[in-house]
Order: sequence, then C-alpha cells, then structure tokens
Amino acid sequence: MNAQATALQDPRLNRAEPFTPPLGDGGFFQRDRSIHPPAYAPGYKSSVLRSPRQALLSLENSVSEITGPVFGHNDLGPLDNDLIRNYAKDGDPVGERIIVHGRVLDETGRGVPNTLVEFWQANAGGRYRHKKDTYLAPIDPNFGGCGRALTDDTGYYYFRTVKPGPYPWRNFVNSWRPAHIHFSVFGSGFAQRLITQMYFEGDPLIPVCPILTTIPDKDALDRLVAPLDLNASTPFDSLAYRFDIVLRGQRSTYFENRTEGN
Amino acid sequence: MTQPLNYLKETASQTAGPYVHIGLIPAMAGFDIFERNFSNVLVTPSTEGERITLEGKVLDGTGTPLRDVLLEIWQANANGRYNHPADRSAGALEQEFRGWGRAGSDFESGLVSFETIKPGAITDRAGRTCAPHVNVWIVARGINIGLNTRLYFSDEEAANAADPVLNLIEQPSRRSTLIAKRGERAGKVVYSFTINLQGPEETVFFDV
Repeated sequence: MNAQATALQDPRLNRAEPFTPPLGDGGFFQRDRSIHPPAYAPGYKSSVLRSPRQALLSLENSVSEITGPVFGHNDLGPLDNDLIRNYAKDGDPVGERIIVHGRVLDETGRGVPNTLVEFWQANAGGRYRHKKDTYLAPIDPNFGGCGRALTDDTGYYYFRTVKPGPYPWRNFVNSWRPAHIHFSVFGSGFAQRLITQMYFEGDPLIPVCPILTTIPDKDALDRLVAPLDLNASTPFDSLAYRFDIVLRGQRSTYFENRTEGN
Repeated sequence: MTQPLNYLKETASQTAGPYVHIGLIPAMAGFDIFERNFSNVLVTPSTEGERITLEGKVLDGTGTPLRDVLLEIWQANANGRYNHPADRSAGALEQEFRGWGRAGSDFESGLVSFETIKPGAITDRAGRTCAPHVNVWIVARGINIGLNTRLYFSDEEAANAADPVLNLIEQPSRRSTLIAKRGERAGKVVYSFTINLQGPEETVFFDV
C-alpha cells in the first residue's frame, strides 16, 4: 500500500516503472456474450426456470478472477486420456474408434499450456454410464465414458475413445441430441472457466438440436463442430477428429496503479 | 482499409447437462474410474486457518432446489493469498492448499457442501482491501453458460460494508444475497447459503 502511494507521489519512481506490452497477465478480454447462448433460451426448456432475469453485474477482474487452480501430472493417472482402456474389464468397448485432439488457445492465438481438459460422453449407443440415465440402449461393460488430459507446453491435448451415439431426451416429444463429447476447460484464471460440447462434422442432427441452436451466432456454432482429420488418424486402427478450444485472451496491467510490474 | 484485427473468438459455452457428474465427479454418477478424484474437501490436516463448512442449495425460479447442479469454488488461503503465480501479494503461500474444490448437489435434497477454511482478506489490484470471500461457479442442465457469484461471510460486517465489489451492487438489498450466514452444528462452524437463480430474491451474478 505504502510502496504504491510512494510510487504515485514520486514522479521519478513512476517513470522508472517498466512499460509492458499490452497483452500479458492482466484481466481477461471482456467476454463477447453475443456469441454465447443466452441464459434464457426457451427452445431449451429447462433454461426457462434456471436463467437469471436480472442483468449480470460487470466486474473488473481482480486477483480473484485472474487466478485459478493449477493442476499437475500428479492429479492424473496414466490411462486418464484413453477411454478405450480406462474402464476396460474384459475387452475393448464397442464402437467407432476415434482420436480427438487439438489445442487450447486464447483469443490472441497463444497456446494455453499445462491446463486441465476434462471430457465425458455417452457410449456408441447413446447410453450414459450414469445412475439417472434410463435410456433403453445398453451400457457397454467396457466403457466408462470420461477422461482428462493436461495440455503440453504448446496447449496441445489428445485422447482416444469411441464415437458417441445420439440419444433422445425430454424436451420436445421427439428431441435427439447429436453425437457429442462434453468438454470442461480451466485456463489460467477462474474467469476463463468454460464448459462446452464438441460435435462431429456432417451430423444431420446438429441444425435441429434445441441445445446447440441456443447459440445465436452461426460461426460460433460452427466452431463447435470438429472436422474429420485423416492426417491424425491411425491406419487400420482409429479415425481422428480435430477440436481446438479458444479461451479468453488476457490484457496487461500497464496503465494501472500497481506496486509491481508484470 | 485497415489491417485485419485477427483475434480468435472464444469457444461458445454449452450446458454441462444432467450427466456432468460422469466427467467431473464419477463417483456421483455411480462408478469408480480414476485413481485420483477431485472433491469438495479443500483442507488437509495441516491447512492453516479456521475450518468451516459451506453448505447450501441452488433454487430455480419456482424455489425448487436444483438436484443436478455442480459448483466449484476458488478461494485464497487464510493469509489472503491465492495459490497461483499471478498473485504476488505478501501473504504466505501454502503449497498444499490448492484453494479449489467442486461439489455436486445431493440427488434427493439438492444440498451442496464444501469443507474448507475461511479465506483471509485479499488486496485488489488498486490496493484496496476486499472482504473475505469465496468465488463460486455454477453449472447444470438448463444453465447455458456458467454463472459466477461470490460468497461473503455474515460475521465480517465491517469488511463487507467496505468491500469494493459489494459496493458495486446498486441496490443494498441485493448485496445480502451474497452473504453466507454463520452458524454452528455439533461444534463445527457452518456457513449457510442459498443461491436463487431467478425471482424476487435473485442472487447477484457477475460478468467477470
């Protein structure tokens, strides 16, 4: 506190403060809510009673928002990114073997290193291993349906799984989810926290899904659809899909009152 | 003409859905898969600070508890220091205290709880002191983009009155939606909270 007051009062000290680049570890770029689904999206019925009606209160990022949990390899097990094997009991799971890979980037295009990516999905028949899922398609005894990975120094992640099947749900009488994989990503600060869903190129259920079409921006919706990536497939083993995830970019603190540079 | 401003766009959010537990808390979905699991217990026996339980419910627009909601909390340690390299404040760091936890609500009652410590006051980037608080992130079926809020503590009246974030809330009556109430049960300190997603007592949510 006092160091800061001194810096402000003493022009020499003020000048001595280093000029830092505009993109650094300051607050995050403001979230562009026009590309995200609105809270209230009545076509997705359960959003009606679960959406705030007051405006969100805008908060300049402080240390509470620009920091977030840090994870390490000790948090993960060796099979955590291999859904083919991480719940195998007496064989491989049934279904289309695929690799999903990509990078976690921020809005400036830089990779987000060492961040935790978690994923979960239904099995090849569209059935979730969850006590509340009662869909008649059977559980696969060799498939759990979840995994996680830490990105490397460049923000890259990958995992192996089977392609999930579509499944019906109680929204309209005949609503079916497209094949999808849920993703949870941390980033470097708690304000970057994001949960989303990855869809698969060419799925005809995409344009009629009441959840996916909560997204008002066509380009933002397209960015959730992973293209087939034959370059990353393994011949006679697995196809591959590419899914890059973009988190919010980060500003510097260069015109702010502070006691230290960044 | 100008140069194009080639920032990427953030990936759009989607709901976590009703089966979020499969990926984030598999034991609640009904199976065991990972060697190490994340949980709602932030403390170890060596953690410094006052042990507290944070306990509450998230209610929908009819006042019904959400029974498939997932909460994560992020907080400083007892010295007001976050376990993250971007926190350069003076408080002592405790390596073993990550400061983060996640919890799903009970499938019957909707009750959510965390075992943690009461965080210390932190200093914001303008050098102002912020009242002790816990940052909360809420996802569930029907929530299209995670909701951010904070929990403050009822026994920190003076600090709360001076808190720069609480004072951003124009209506004093809405500030009280962020205050967890201190109580005791079986000799343990329990702070109770209610998060109203919608309606007359609607909780304040932040665009952070």
